Amino acid sequence: MSATLEGYNFAYLDEQTKRMIRRAVLKAVAIPGYQVPFGSREMPLPYGWGTGGIQVTASIIGADDVLKVIDQGADDTTNAVSIRRFFRRTAGVATTTRTEEATLIQTRHRIPETPLREGQILVYQVPIPEPLRWLEPRETETRKMHAFADYGIMHVKLYEDIARFGRIATGYNYPVMVNGRYIMSPSPIPKFDNPKMDRNPALQLFGAGREKRIYAVPPYTRVESLDFEDHPFEIERWERACALCGSTESFLDEVVMDDRGGRMFVCSDTDYCESHRPDRSEQEAAE
Amino acid sequence: MYVAIKGGETAIDNAHALLAEKRRGNPAVPELSLTQISEQMALAVDRVMTEGSVYDRELAALAIKQARGDLVEAIFLLRAYRTTLPRLATSEPLDTAAMAVQRRISATFKDLPGGQVLGPTFDYTHRLLDFTLAANGQDVPTPEPADEPLSADLPRVAELLNQEGLIETAEDGEDGPVGDLTREPLTFPAGRDLRLQALARGDEGYLLALGYSTQRGYGNSHPFAGEIRMGEVTVEIVPEELGFPVEIGTVTVTECEMINQFKGSKTQPPQFTRGYGLAFGEAERKAMSMALVDRALRCRELGEEATVPAQDEEFVLSHADSVEAQGFVQHLKLPHYVDFQSELVLVRALRAEAEARAEQEKGSEEKE
Amino acid sequence: MNAQSPQPLLTVRGLSRYYGQHVGCRDISFDLWPGEVLGIVGESGSGKTTLLGCLSGRLDPSEGSVLYRDRAGQSHDVYAMPEMMRRRLARSEWGIVHQNPRDGLRMAVSAGANVGERLMAQGARHYGGIRNQALDWLDKVEIDAGRIDDSPRTFSGGMQQRLQIARNLVSMPRLVFMDEPTGGLDVSVQARLLDLLRRLVGEMGLSVILVTHDLAVARLLAHRLLVMRGGEVVESGLTDQVLDDPQHPYSQLLVSSILQV
Repeated sequence: MSATLEGYNFAYLDEQTKRMIRRAVLKAVAIPGYQVPFGSREMPLPYGWGTGGIQVTASIIGADDVLKVIDQGADDTTNAVSIRRFFRRTAGVATTTRTEEATLIQTRHRIPETPLREGQILVYQVPIPEPLRWLEPRETETRKMHAFADYGIMHVKLYEDIARFGRIATGYNYPVMVNGRYIMSPSPIPKFDNPKMDRNPALQLFGAGREKRIYAVPPYTRVESLDFEDHPFEIERWERACALCGSTESFLDEVVMDDRGGRMFVCSDTDYCESHRPDRSEQEAAE
Repeated sequence: MYVAIKGGETAIDNAHALLAEKRRGNPAVPELSLTQISEQMALAVDRVMTEGSVYDRELAALAIKQARGDLVEAIFLLRAYRTTLPRLATSEPLDTAAMAVQRRISATFKDLPGGQVLGPTFDYTHRLLDFTLAANGQDVPTPEPADEPLSADLPRVAELLNQEGLIETAEDGEDGPVGDLTREPLTFPAGRDLRLQALARGDEGYLLALGYSTQRGYGNSHPFAGEIRMGEVTVEIVPEELGFPVEIGTVTVTECEMINQFKGSKTQPPQFTRGYGLAFGEAERKAMSMALVDRALRCRELGEEATVPAQDEEFVLSHADSVEAQGFVQHLKLPHYVDFQSELVLVRALRAEAEARAEQEKGSEEKE
Repeated sequence: MNAQSPQPLLTVRGLSRYYGQHVGCRDISFDLWPGEVLGIVGESGSGKTTLLGCLSGRLDPSEGSVLYRDRAGQSHDVYAMPEMMRRRLARSEWGIVHQNPRDGLRMAVSAGANVGERLMAQGARHYGGIRNQALDWLDKVEIDAGRIDDSPRTFSGGMQQRLQIARNLVSMPRLVFMDEPTGGLDVSVQARLLDLLRRLVGEMGLSVILVTHDLAVARLLAHRLLVMRGGEVVESGLTDQVLDDPQHPYSQLLVSSILQV
């Protein structure tokens, strides 16, 4: 690995700060779904671009870790490239695009399609950690609503959706109940990914830098998407398969091909797509 | 073709190279030195130091140069550097009464001990573009020195009023340990120490607009500029091994004390209250705006009903920081196509259902 | 029903609330019995609304206590109990009907969601079931079932007030606080609403604390009255007694001035 950035500590943050963040992470793990305030630092990347996830990753990463960074499910989107490069420069750790090989995965907006295993850690970048924020802008009030489990208003919103549209009209950042106690924002992942959070063997950590909150879902914790008995939670479905790997199981991105309505559907998880493609040489031969 | 829509490391590298070229501009034009920026763009440097929370003219000048003159970006650069700095000591409270004053004015008294000192101010300039500056400078006039040096004793206006008990003094708890929102997250309700820290770091334009709103009926605090002073103050620390304060240098600051009416309460007779503003360097607009907003935010403690935006602590403090605000506004540039795909799937489903319902209704109408 | 619970539902002792040097209400004591409608009357500024705020857990009193006996027969000091419990009580065993329905309704969501909110807060998770209960309650308060998905913004003042009542009563509360429930409504609309309230209160055996400046409303709904002036109770007794034979000079003035109009 290339030499790390001079004049900075391993993984950028100083050890005191890492310790403070690890204490917040431990507290978050102890109270699944509860938002722990922490002394978020100003990072050399802009707020809203993953500073929370970066701080969590920086605090728990070790020299032996293998890091994967994805944005929108892809390893090669600009922000993922930029964050991966940040850790390569400041921590000099090994990086990978393979979900199986990674010990630590930082993500924005997706959960990998390949099932995670015990020992892996998934770090989410979170823009707005408060799931009640759209219904109640005041922090002093939402804190009480969580403390008192006063959550009726969440279902009022779902009720309104069904009354108006005939179904729950939330596509991403779909609120979940963690361990039967705290309502939590899963970060803006598509609801397609919500079921993957439930009883996942990996540790899931959530960092919101600008809003200065950390929360967690420990391995094998119950995570339920809010719904009604007679209007159960559903995930997105596509009528077609991935144009590159043929998968019918994965979340598909829609790529605009031309200005005449031409569309192509491909996996959003680039690693999953590549590992499911028919043998490359065959493909090339066919072309 | 699929790969073409994704950015890669090369694209980022090229973007950075382009940016560096743009920053330099025409290479035929001499490059700005940090000293030039610090000396001739002094107020930009002051603003970056204030909102960047680091008193270092050279670093601020470097940030401005690197940010191509974008002050919000420069503040961000300085802040990101600041986080990596060790905390060596906490200074003693600045004694602004002992300031080596360059400017000191009060709007509440015609004259006062020590006098009114205009100092280097834009206030009474006529805002006419000076084309001699465009023609590469002019002879700089030498200011006429005063007949006598400034009095060393410049009592603060608040202290003059305090002799009659007309103005509040330091509140309870003001001497306690001071919080630091760069170390601990801000929680609400926030103490005045943290409020003032948030305002000092807050975006000048935002505070200006909020302060302005309190003067225009969105709040009615009847402010008077009790005193504005600008000059150098000594910074002292108490090293643990010595146990007494030692001077470590001086900083230039602008301080504003607003004086506001207060009708009194059950326990207190009517008296004047204060709003406080402090900024590094020459930053009078910032200090004044800050003092107005500080006073508005004290509504809870003074038993006033909070009815206007500037009195809403959660609103004011949560949105004051330009580094937070610019990051989150601009993060909308990042790809959101996964979420957008979710929305597409949903909107298409909803439309299909609505169309099916409309068809059905049309069908049943036709049958009738 | 009264025979089952011989103890008062609400026990108020020495309740005072000051605003600085100004008295909101002073040294108020009374008991409210299950199934009883207690009217608090007096002119505006007499302290009725302050008292109602203190009774309903929304305004900390300066002195005194309010004891509430819950469904299980447990007695709770309203101001000593944790806020969590007070909130839970407020959205289950209590109801509050504000003078301005906008203060009591969620104007941004449909009529059905307004009625269903308490049910959902208590754990109801069947959309169809919640909707049926909402329809049932809209019917009880004489709102057309076809309006269930409409925003209360499109409702008349009388309809909004009836919706607010349905939103409160859906959780089958035991105690309802009403602040001038017919204020701001036309006379004909008032009469219809009073009729409806009287019927529902009777059918459900509700206990009610009703604040009103309108003695006609008090006569129609209240079993017992407290007459307030300057923050204090100057007279109390059965409604007919107080209105037909007022003892305190202020009550006499109040009754005579109203009757002359």
